[in-house]
Amino acid sequence: MNDHIYDFSQLTRHIDESLRAAMSPTWAVVVELVIIGLVFLTFYALLGLFLVYAERKVCALMQNRIGPNRVGKWGLLQTIADLLKLLTKELVYIERADKFLFNLAPFIVIIASFMAIAAIPFAKGLQAIDLNIGIFYIIAVTSVGVIGILIGGWASNSKYSLIGAMRSGAQVISYELSVGLSLLSVVIFSGSMQLSEIIRSQADGWWIFKGHIPAFIAFLIYLVAATAEINRGPFDLAEAESELTAGFHTEYSGIKFAFFFLAEYINMFIVASIATTMFLGGWLPLHIDHWAAFNRVMDYIPSIVWFFAKTFFIIYVIMWFKWTFPRLRIDQLLTLEWKYLLPLNLINTIVIAFIVMMGWHF
Amino acid sequence: MSGIIKYFADILHGLKTLWAGMRITGKYFVSPGEIVTEQYPEIRHKKQIVSDRFKGEVIMPHDENNQHNCTGCGVCELNCPNGSIEIITKRIPDENGKMVRVIDKHIYHLSMCTFCGLCIKVCPTQALAWGQEFEHAVYDRTKLTKVLNKPGSSYKGLSSKKKEAKS
Repeated sequence: MNDHIYDFSQLTRHIDESLRAAMSPTWAVVVELVIIGLVFLTFYALLGLFLVYAERKVCALMQNRIGPNRVGKWGLLQTIADLLKLLTKELVYIERADKFLFNLAPFIVIIASFMAIAAIPFAKGLQAIDLNIGIFYIIAVTSVGVIGILIGGWASNSKYSLIGAMRSGAQVISYELSVGLSLLSVVIFSGSMQLSEIIRSQADGWWIFKGHIPAFIAFLIYLVAATAEINRGPFDLAEAESELTAGFHTEYSGIKFAFFFLAEYINMFIVASIATTMFLGGWLPLHIDHWAAFNRVMDYIPSIVWFFAKTFFIIYVIMWFKWTFPRLRIDQLLTLEWKYLLPLNLINTIVIAFIVMMGWHF
Repeated sequence: MSGIIKYFADILHGLKTLWAGMRITGKYFVSPGEIVTEQYPEIRHKKQIVSDRFKGEVIMPHDENNQHNCTGCGVCELNCPNGSIEIITKRIPDENGKMVRVIDKHIYHLSMCTFCGLCIKVCPTQALAWGQEFEHAVYDRTKLTKVLNKPGSSYKGLSSKKKEAKS
């Protein structure tokens, strides 16, 4: 159906063949790994810089302000200036902190988001690793990030950090259930956990349209639970600037703080891209049945543009949440999860299983 | 049963109120209202940046004859909670040759001032007032010690006494 969409695997196969022609297979694999690593590192840094800038601009517009506008055109270089400042700042050594764990924590957080980004399909054929349990893998590795937060909070030897980390632990572990169950509904629909297979199953319509109301409910629950899982406002109890200074990263400075900060924004990108892949058809263009000409025009937009457009829309919605809603208390947060989202999600999953069993979905 | 209805009614109500909030911020995102940001160095040419009641610094207003209202009584110095004001007086002869005490230097340490406004409140002759200047950053701390009465200025009441004496 989407045969005329450019397949990035042609490009990667071409690179692979030319590398294998030039050197031994072992070295070819090593060089390929290095190339992929460099591409992801660059992407990671650029994405982090852009998301911080976008967040500040979105926030400013919603509050009738201008936002960053001094460094570069429209303040575009503001985040680069911030990064340079963070890189040159002194790394404060905390007395009586557990030094090893203290230094380890930022790396665990950032590695968790790195591992997750590897499995995300950015465009047709553009995916570092297409595991047959893709979505399960992503859920599993993103959960590792909370260990980094807990270690950071514990090793800082500070009450603010510890309270922030404990809150974060309670929050992330609770909301993991909702994230997992709402993604499970799409797995039931598509009958596969492989991300490329899930996207292929949406070729005749995205799951949010094909799956009737239950899929939409699952999408809403995913949005709320994912916002909570990445510790963003209105669920930013782990940071809690008003009562805990900066929560789990109170004692971190310079580049170590930047790691936490960057990982937070990359995690936002990851949850948005998972929502795109699972509910909004990933890199697939928008197709409307029987509108052949319209579908044709949509196909001319490259798949990578579709993926990023959808992902940034979800990111915008998450930012919209943050700058609209008041923050929750920890008990309200846990009530929302255990009394509302989880029971609804369980019922929703059973309804979806029933729909799939009866073959009612399109 | 009514409990279950209430449960779902709560959820619907919650969603409705959340959407109401998101509609407002969403509206501002696509069509921002009046931008409240003041772009600072660009607006310096504007006559009044801050309000009339802004407590920028303590000043002593002088009239066109370079005269002020300060008698040098020292009440402001006494009332200043952290000693930001020092009054130095001198004795000069008036028209009739009688020695009177007048202000020599009204020294004001801006670096120590807490902007409480007690000096202005207690001044019996309303010699002090709030100025709207707010760009106080300097490279040398001594520049923050200011003499409020201008050089060559005199007490307004003294000249009026002179005029009375003349007439």
